[in-house]
Amino acid sequence: MSGSLLFFALAALILLGAVRTVASRDLVRAVLWLGIVLVVTALMFLMLGAPFLAGIQLLLYTGGVITLMLFGVMLTRRHHEIGVDIDSSRRLLAGIGSAGLFVAMASAILRTDLPAWSGSAPVPAIEIGRAFLTDHLVAFEVLSVLLLAAMIGAIVLGRQRDFDDEPEPIHGKSRHHGTGGRHGKDGHP
Amino acid sequence: MTVQALLLLTSGLFCIGIYGVVTRRNAIALLLSAELMINAVTINLVTFSRFAGGVTGQVFAVFTIALTVAEVVVGLAIVILLFRWRREIAVDSANELRL
Repeated sequence: MSGSLLFFALAALILLGAVRTVASRDLVRAVLWLGIVLVVTALMFLMLGAPFLAGIQLLLYTGGVITLMLFGVMLTRRHHEIGVDIDSSRRLLAGIGSAGLFVAMASAILRTDLPAWSGSAPVPAIEIGRAFLTDHLVAFEVLSVLLLAAMIGAIVLGRQRDFDDEPEPIHGKSRHHGTGGRHGKDGHP
Repeated sequence: MTVQALLLLTSGLFCIGIYGVVTRRNAIALLLSAELMINAVTINLVTFSRFAGGVTGQVFAVFTIALTVAEVVVGLAIVILLFRWRREIAVDSANELRL
């Protein structure tokens, strides 16, 4: 039964990567471990008969999200604080809480009498596309509007702007509006 | 590979994500932990899609992935804005989002 052996190997890799993601002191390593988790998840989608979703997962997550996260980490990192400081008293409490939640969910799962697989074949991409454009058309259009709103929101939030209550820069030069160029390096209020 | 094993895997992944969300102070690390939780939910959707033998679960998994990407984009924009304003992104020091 090589299939179940492969499944347990992938599951162990996912859990190991997840633990390293939440426990790693270096943020870049945490992002890369999350990338491993997402790639192994794509492999698991392949095992579950969802090749289209595996492709989407690889394209969007490892191509888009991980790259974006790496840029975010490197843009917001300061030189003297490399590690992520974690409150250690809260760490014990969080461990107890999440372990308790896992025990509760696991006991509920193990006590539920789930039937066996229905043995459905892998779903081809054409079926998913047809479902998008017939049954779930409204949700699909709402999703496109949501993506547009997220894009506009990111542009509006991320553009250069002058903070109003920021004191004038010490140099008496006229400020350039509109174009880039960060002024006021000590920008804390 | 049974339904129980997959559900146990995803609940473990979700609980690890909850642990990360509670303990992390860095805003980007918080986003990473939220990614873990959303990933667990996506695996669950695909599992039940295979289990029930329909296409709807996979369609909603695609919706979940797109929503996650939108959330990451807006979240990172907020984090970078926060960094530009406060010069740090520890979430407990940013207790107001006023600009």
